[in-house]
Amino acid sequence: MISSAQSAGASTASETLARDPLLDIHSIAKRFGSTAVLRNVSLQVAQGELLTILGESGSGKTTLLRLIAGFEQPDGGEIFMEGQRLDRLPPYCRRVNTVFQHYALFPHLSVFENVAYGLRVRKVARSEISTRVEQALALVKMAEYARRAPSQLSGGQQQRIALARALVNQPKLLLLDEPLSALDANLRRQMQIELKSLQREVGISFIFVTHDQEEAMALSDRVALLRSGELEQVATPRDIYNHPATAYTASFIGQTNLLRGRIENGMAQCGSLRWPCTERAGPTTFSLRPESIRLCDGTAAIDHDAVQFRAAIRNQTFGGPVDLLEVESPDGHVLFVRIASRGNLAGECDFEFDAIHAILVRE
Amino acid sequence: MYSRAYKSAVSLPPLVWVAVFLLAPYAFLFCYSFWSVSQQSIVHHWNLGNYRQLFENAMYPAVLFRSMRIAASVTILSLMLSFPLAYYLSFHSRRKELLYLLVIVPLWVSYLVRAYAWKTILGSDGVLNTLLQYAGVIRHPAEFLLYSPFAVVLTLTHIYTPFAFLPVYAAMEHIPRNLVEAAQDLGAAPVRTFWTVIFPLSLPGALAGATFAFVLSLGDFLAPLLIGGPGGIMISNVIVSLFGAAYNWPLGAAISASLLLLVLALLFLVERLEKKLSFS
Repeated sequence: MISSAQSAGASTASETLARDPLLDIHSIAKRFGSTAVLRNVSLQVAQGELLTILGESGSGKTTLLRLIAGFEQPDGGEIFMEGQRLDRLPPYCRRVNTVFQHYALFPHLSVFENVAYGLRVRKVARSEISTRVEQALALVKMAEYARRAPSQLSGGQQQRIALARALVNQPKLLLLDEPLSALDANLRRQMQIELKSLQREVGISFIFVTHDQEEAMALSDRVALLRSGELEQVATPRDIYNHPATAYTASFIGQTNLLRGRIENGMAQCGSLRWPCTERAGPTTFSLRPESIRLCDGTAAIDHDAVQFRAAIRNQTFGGPVDLLEVESPDGHVLFVRIASRGNLAGECDFEFDAIHAILVRE
Repeated sequence: MYSRAYKSAVSLPPLVWVAVFLLAPYAFLFCYSFWSVSQQSIVHHWNLGNYRQLFENAMYPAVLFRSMRIAASVTILSLMLSFPLAYYLSFHSRRKELLYLLVIVPLWVSYLVRAYAWKTILGSDGVLNTLLQYAGVIRHPAEFLLYSPFAVVLTLTHIYTPFAFLPVYAAMEHIPRNLVEAAQDLGAAPVRTFWTVIFPLSLPGALAGATFAFVLSLGDFLAPLLIGGPGGIMISNVIVSLFGAAYNWPLGAAISASLLLLVLALLFLVERLEKKLSFS
């Protein structure tokens, strides 16, 4: 399996989590005026883990990060770091550093002085400061820019300096608030890869806030999905994609078809689709990923265990290696199907999927 | 695009304004400064005698230096008042608008009223002396309070502090709050954050405020007239008397022109310094 490295990383993370988490967020609540921004959020972060807090704008993800950094005070709950109460400390007493969304580099200081700021505050010896700043700049490949002013740097370069300025302090936990959102798509992908390898290299726990689910999937050891101030699901990227717990998770992370129907007498029924299902009887929702549906074009032997249906092609979108089809079954259900790219399809076609891929989700 | 006729029509009024009310008077002033007075009338005879007199008569440089000293004191004092006030308002106040208004309101009160108020406070049977005598701190009224350079500095500081405050406050309001958070995030306590981030970033505003306070108080003539006394006379009072009772317009014009050049030189320096201090 390709997933071995990932799942190994995740399992060690969950083992250390059980023993002693680096950060333990315990039923945190936060209100701004009459709006509850966070409700009963509990989350643990393991040593050396890269956790992504994923959510739409307004889901409370930045507020959660600001609570950890100390820029906001929780209205309820506690935060512990290595067993010690964190939420009552002012931000300047926490061994946590932040990479801000718009970098927040000091415009009146050179790149070197920006990176040295935290060390000077902590009264690190002069000689040590210059070595550590140089190391940090080398780590983000910006060594030759030490004398520049931040305004002379591009967005991507400022991003690296912000990272170096935080990492040079050797924090126990690094918080990143949508650090890549201001970069263009290509640079962004490149920085994602660099960030991940950097995190492995320094071994510091990262909490990464983003609204971009692809970014979350690409980077994280675990993803924590926030929805309107509550945690929807926390799992590894593979788990959260393959086994979404709720309809919201299934449709927020990747693309999915939500099939609403009933389970009765050991059979699931969604419109004209029927397959055996041993779950508890009653109304249910299933998530069926577009790539789990196959086109039966007569080249492969017909799989009699698969759920089969006939549907009309309504739309076909070319996406390079794959095509996205929008198909409509005779009873009016619209489904998305992702298949390997091929010529244009028209009229009615036969499709099938394995019942095991229809994942039961909560609404 | 606008037509040429439209452009000239639009630019004409301000040009006329500047020519009539600024350039022409200054040109007259400069001309006068090179003429002289003979038998109570102005002789249109070009010479540098007035400027020579500025240096030969020790009184003029002395008054000019005193004026600059007073203006510098006012500048420093008003900055010392403005910084904590602006910092508090911008970063820690929950009633920003109200406090801001309280700073601005005195500007709507006549200058004369404020100057007279200080006269009432500082006079020998004024509020302050009465209070001090009543409290037994002093037996006889303190005379140095009124009619002294001290009184002038106090009054001018009161009058011009809002002018110093406004640019400092504006500069602080423009400091991105995430810079303050970044400093705290990197371990800086509030005092350190102030000195390493907020203070340097509000310097361009402070420079603008200092320029206002200095230039305005350097040319002030009412405060020294009302409460300066003989020891608190400033350069503008000298100019006024030369244009008035002394009837020596050429010498008055020469002093005015010199003062104008001094201020222009100062503004030039400030602009260069401001460019150095801004980081955008």
